[in-house]
Amino acid sequence: MTKRDTRSFWIGFAVIVALLAAAPLVLPPFWRHFVTEILIWGLLAMSSDLLIGYTGLISFGHSAFFGLGVYGAAAALLLVAPPNLFLAIALGLAAAALVAGFVAFFSTRLRDIYFAITTLIFSQIFYVIIFTWTSVTGGENGLTFTRPGLGVPGLYVVRFTPTTMHWFVLAVVALSYLVLRRITRSPFGMVLQAIRENEGRTRAIGYHVEHYKIVAVMLSGVFAGLAGVLYALQNEFAAADFVFFLVSGETVIYNVMGGIGTLVGPIVGAAFFLLLREALSRFFTEYYLIPLGVIFIAMVIFMPQGLLGFARRWLNR
Amino acid sequence: MAIPWDLIVVQTVNGIVTGMILALVASGLTLIFGIMDVVNFAHGELFMLGAYIGVLVLASTGSFLLALTTASLVVALIGAALQIVTLRPLIGRDPLTTILATFGASLVLQNYALWQFGPISRKIAEPVSGQFHLLYLEYPWYRLVIAVASAAIIGAFWLFLKFGRYGIWIRATTQDRVMAQAMGIPVPWVHTGVFAIGAAMAAASGVLFGPLVGVEPYMGLPWVLKAFIVVVVGGMGSFGGSIAAAIFVSLLESYASIWVSPSQAIIVSFVVLILTLLFRPTGLFGSASR
Repeated sequence: MTKRDTRSFWIGFAVIVALLAAAPLVLPPFWRHFVTEILIWGLLAMSSDLLIGYTGLISFGHSAFFGLGVYGAAAALLLVAPPNLFLAIALGLAAAALVAGFVAFFSTRLRDIYFAITTLIFSQIFYVIIFTWTSVTGGENGLTFTRPGLGVPGLYVVRFTPTTMHWFVLAVVALSYLVLRRITRSPFGMVLQAIRENEGRTRAIGYHVEHYKIVAVMLSGVFAGLAGVLYALQNEFAAADFVFFLVSGETVIYNVMGGIGTLVGPIVGAAFFLLLREALSRFFTEYYLIPLGVIFIAMVIFMPQGLLGFARRWLNR
Repeated sequence: MAIPWDLIVVQTVNGIVTGMILALVASGLTLIFGIMDVVNFAHGELFMLGAYIGVLVLASTGSFLLALTTASLVVALIGAALQIVTLRPLIGRDPLTTILATFGASLVLQNYALWQFGPISRKIAEPVSGQFHLLYLEYPWYRLVIAVASAAIIGAFWLFLKFGRYGIWIRATTQDRVMAQAMGIPVPWVHTGVFAIGAAMAAASGVLFGPLVGVEPYMGLPWVLKAFIVVVVGGMGSFGGSIAAAIFVSLLESYASIWVSPSQAIIVSFVVLILTLLFRPTGLFGSASR
């Protein structure tokens, strides 16, 4: 990357973050909430891109990490007397990391399709546990809680307004993007990409492929858990549905629609998916997944690089 | 705790019955995977569509046998269309893209069923209503009919693979796609045919199983999940392995549901999967390398 590229990257990054930061000041409440949701789902999609796009592992189990982030935050907010924001984040991340470690330990023994199926089945294990363990998780009814204030407890705490909540989410997502970008460009990220390109050769060079995969799954799971924590803070609600397979499926759809292996693509994909859902549900009400599924299949077949890859190729022409 | 022998006998029968249905679902999945390297995410939806078509035909004609054959044929056609439209363009690409395409198809089919038939579950009347004494229980004959019918379909298919002209084409394509093509076998059509056969098997199991639970748009997912478990435990692509694993897993689940609720009993099959992955990642019964 040349110096000029670096500068244009930072300028672009600053412009986009500034635009997103200004969004809640000009948008009506519905769309403000919509943009915040896009950022949260975008973070989830981005975390999954670390596996799909950079390591070549399709995870169909991200709902487990996301859901455990939601429930971890919920537990911290319900159990500790004055609800503490940082404790909620810490517990959410710890829960997601624990589950990710567990899933990673087993699923990384397998490759390709087997990895996808195993992650899917593991996420369903957690769904069944959360759904049936009513006394702890609220089962079908889920859990409700109140969002803590922002600040240092005991010293200075402000209540979240929808606008500051948006800024908080934006700050976390932007920071996560920078961290993930750094990871993918680090020597560690290079090894992941080598695994994606040729696992056998990477092993032959002397890298311990399984260790790298386990760390990749755990990192990805932690960021998915962070998205879950943000979702819990935004909606003050935890439900078993967040652990259900559909969330994982949608995460994969965001990635494919936006363009895998780009980090920005999944966020674009999440925005595209949610906008499309909004538009389609005007016509198809709750059956919006019929046309959306058709569009998704068409994109898998005709636009394998996703929106971002398609745009890039089109611009370069 | 005393061992409830009577319950164990009943649950053994139950386990074998669900195991045979599961074997029918899983062997369609294994077949499609073994030959085309395609993991068919839409398999559960084909199962569900079969059950719905069974409901419709049964309501209008009253013949269960006709419902079974019509559902299988119609879903076979749907499967063939699905393969031609969504999977054929993906030949030669990363096999992972086929998961995505069939996942999209499953969303479309599931929501189509929801739109067309609504969320309320429908009943298929049991074609055989008699019961017999099993210890202190009145056990419905129909459950045994299911097991026998599933075994018959699987057996017939096995014979077809072994001795039928097109069965030999299918096996040849599994062994060596390029060589089969060179020998004049129309490989793309074998793929379409195999997908159609797998779809028909899913549909047949849907119709057979319908009377036990009721038919609703989301009925496919638990089955396809269990079928995935069975296929991994049995050794991916191994036909006999997936049948053995289906019965094994179903038996364990039936025994577990003596003590815990059925929705928690599914955790037993998850545990079997985890243990298999730990100690024998190639599957309990298969020898295929992965």
